Amino acid sequence: MVELNAKIPAGDIAEKWDNYKSDMKLVNPNNKRKFKVIVVGSGLAGASAAATLAELGYQVDVFTFHDSPRRAHSIAAQGGINAAKNYHGDGDSVHRLFYDTIKGGDFRAREGNVHRLAQVSVNIIDQMVAQGVPFAREYGGLLDNRSFGGAQVSRTFYARGQTGQQLLLGAYQQLARQIGLGNVRLFNRTELVDTVVIDGRCAGIVVRDLITGEIASHAAHATVLCTGGYGNVFFLSTNAMQCNVTAAWRAHRQGAAFANPCYTQIHPTCIPQADDTQSKLTLMSESLRNDGRVWVPKNADETRSADQIPEEDRDYYLERLYPSFGNLAPRDISSRAAKRAVDSGRGVGPLKNGVYLDFSAAINRLGKGVVQERYGNLFEMYERIAGENPYDVPMRIYPATHYTMGGLWVDYELMTTVPGLYAAGEANFSDHGANRLGASALMQGLADGYFVLPYTIGNYLAPMLNKSTPGVDHPEFKAAETGARARYQQYLDIKGTRSPDWFHRELGKIIWDYCGMERTEQGLEKALSELPPLYEEFQKDLRVTGDGASTNQTLEKAGRVDDFFQLGMLMCKDALERNESCGGHFRAEYQDEEGEAQRDDENFAHVAAWEWTGDPMNATRHAEELEFETIHLAKRSYK
Amino acid sequence: MSNHLTNLTLKVWRQSGPNDGGHFESYRIDSISDEASFLEMLDVLNEKLIGDGKEAVVFDHDCREGICGTCSLMIDGQAHGPQRGTATCQLHMRKFQSNQEIVIEPWRATAFPIVKDLMVDRSAFDRIVEAGGFITAPTGGAPDANLIPIAKPVADASMDAAECIGCGACVAACPNGAANLFTSAKVAHLNLLPQGQAERWSRVEAMVETMDEHFGSCTNHGECEAACPKSISIDFIAMMHKDYRKAKFKNRRLIAQI
Repeated sequence: MVELNAKIPAGDIAEKWDNYKSDMKLVNPNNKRKFKVIVVGSGLAGASAAATLAELGYQVDVFTFHDSPRRAHSIAAQGGINAAKNYHGDGDSVHRLFYDTIKGGDFRAREGNVHRLAQVSVNIIDQMVAQGVPFAREYGGLLDNRSFGGAQVSRTFYARGQTGQQLLLGAYQQLARQIGLGNVRLFNRTELVDTVVIDGRCAGIVVRDLITGEIASHAAHATVLCTGGYGNVFFLSTNAMQCNVTAAWRAHRQGAAFANPCYTQIHPTCIPQADDTQSKLTLMSESLRNDGRVWVPKNADETRSADQIPEEDRDYYLERLYPSFGNLAPRDISSRAAKRAVDSGRGVGPLKNGVYLDFSAAINRLGKGVVQERYGNLFEMYERIAGENPYDVPMRIYPATHYTMGGLWVDYELMTTVPGLYAAGEANFSDHGANRLGASALMQGLADGYFVLPYTIGNYLAPMLNKSTPGVDHPEFKAAETGARARYQQYLDIKGTRSPDWFHRELGKIIWDYCGMERTEQGLEKALSELPPLYEEFQKDLRVTGDGASTNQTLEKAGRVDDFFQLGMLMCKDALERNESCGGHFRAEYQDEEGEAQRDDENFAHVAAWEWTGDPMNATRHAEELEFETIHLAKRSYK
Repeated sequence: MSNHLTNLTLKVWRQSGPNDGGHFESYRIDSISDEASFLEMLDVLNEKLIGDGKEAVVFDHDCREGICGTCSLMIDGQAHGPQRGTATCQLHMRKFQSNQEIVIEPWRATAFPIVKDLMVDRSAFDRIVEAGGFITAPTGGAPDANLIPIAKPVADASMDAAECIGCGACVAACPNGAANLFTSAKVAHLNLLPQGQAERWSRVEAMVETMDEHFGSCTNHGECEAACPKSISIDFIAMMHKDYRKAKFKNRRLIAQI
């Protein structure tokens, strides 16, 4: 039976983290080397946690399925990272960042965690600058900021359009130093395939070597999962191809509750799918909406090219529907409006699956030079992918899955419901509620890894000093290894007719159609009736060629798709049970007359944490009530 | 509407493991949309191979946005293919023609041993960074970020170098298999910044010497810059050499004291 105790420290919201740090148990510097910590994943959260824990003196083992820790998907973040530095004197503060994040998350996040995030945000910028991250500067040499959605202050630090890359390289370099010093052992091209729980605590993990196919166990005093989100359950998303839910899902199966799986974020400005071979979608920075105008033709049977369609035959639907915000309407609202335009048959492009983002007015007003200066690199990227020059032809955009707010349930210490097992970064559910604000993912990953876990893990380890913990020869490890070997052999043995990618595409279609931008009770029930038979087909008709004793990407994919199936069912169940609309979870039945999300605070101001029962269709739902002591629950309005 | 390319012949390097000799195999792609990326074309090939009961071609890839540096491939002898400043994952089939034969090989460099098919082991790059490609700044002790102003041109130049995605195209394109562009980009990123000054000389020495253990020597062909998907300038190589030369004196205390 899962118990959800968030362990929020006592005291005023601004003092909770300090109170925690004053009360927590410490491990003497000389004793730290007696403890081993496993970190799975090497993105912002994983690399920063591993480097910091190693600096403190713990033995750290890092596992990544990439060839190098620097490849993690944090690298693809474009826009920036928020911090309450108030360098621009525009009224920013820790409290304001805290408030914006809670409100942006549609009042579905835990106050205590979010306030701590806002507090440590300022330390992140200091730390990353010290690491040599070349943030954008003003001519006087001080740091530049830009503004981002959901905030009325400029608090976003950036490094051109590659902020994620630069932050990840900063954390990677710090980790590389610890690897070079021998304080961290790196296991690259190694994937977690199970977590092992012995006597009620996480004793370690079982991994598969992606070069040799060998299955092996690793024991540790504590294990941290920094394994990212599950957006690839949709098949098409802006996530990297290898992003998967396996580590989190395997932990869930061992007793870690999975929270709010239905909270997924759709980003409005991505390049639409071009053909059936498409493998992923590419995001175009939201900043484009500052100068681009969104429109579709008024008539569904329009055949003229964009430049031949006169003004009176165009529908600038965002400007029409949301006159005060216009093209800068929030992410979820713009996304749904685009979906409705395309669903009405007025989509543009060869597949009629996009809407125009038109810069001609901006080019006329500002000149091509200014537009190029602002968006030149994005225009180039668009041209490389879409093969059209956005200076001459309007861009085509469409929403795509981008980030998942749900994840492993964690308490204030970032510990899951399995003692000794932690989750950080996108892999946990803790800070963004039902919707994440732009430039907050990087902030959370680094906050967790640099400034939270290094403290909270010590609090867990201190009482374990000189107590023996199970090693890899324990029968539970052996049983998990045997199970993992059987699982991968099974995929090879089915010898059916369909590839893992084929099943992944079919799964993604169901999830996108019924658990995507807009959900209904009927649609979710349909999804829940279609998923089990498809999953059964997967188990009977999968074809994995090659063998299990050398690199086999088809086999790797089979394992990941298997876990996505199970997660997909839980997602739909979670969406069905949450009879309200909030943030990224939009249930068509629960909207006001203006089409805005209608929350039900009386019945749903809680976190839904699901307990594994052996079948995701019959998972048990637990609720952690959210208590708002500091912020008053209000309608999320940006008018 | 998108057009389709027809009748493509792919000559793909297949190698079952590090100890296998390897060979080319030819595959036919009957039809592919010109909107497809090069890697999506390989996805199509792999689906076909699996359908035929054959083993899929192994190749490294991940973000497919040109930023993670995981993808590679020599395409018709060019690292990342024919389009300048573009990683393989951002290359699209509209750059090719119907009836074309396309030769696809892994990175060719002794320091990047082949793992399988088109996948190579680039961990020698990690060894270079581990040797000195960092600023020693343990978590927690950092001063306020605005304490040290950095002139915009300096920050911009550092960023130009820091854009390196660590894909290894520079090494693959170099006739000597040298890693000078990769190493110099990391050296320059950190050595240009005020925060990087404390370890400037030890950094360049450690990184260059680790590089020399794994990779060939630079003889200024400039192929690396041409192949780099981020168009990183070989000026950084000149800067690294200059710093290395200085470091050799500065790090020898007796000479420095004279």
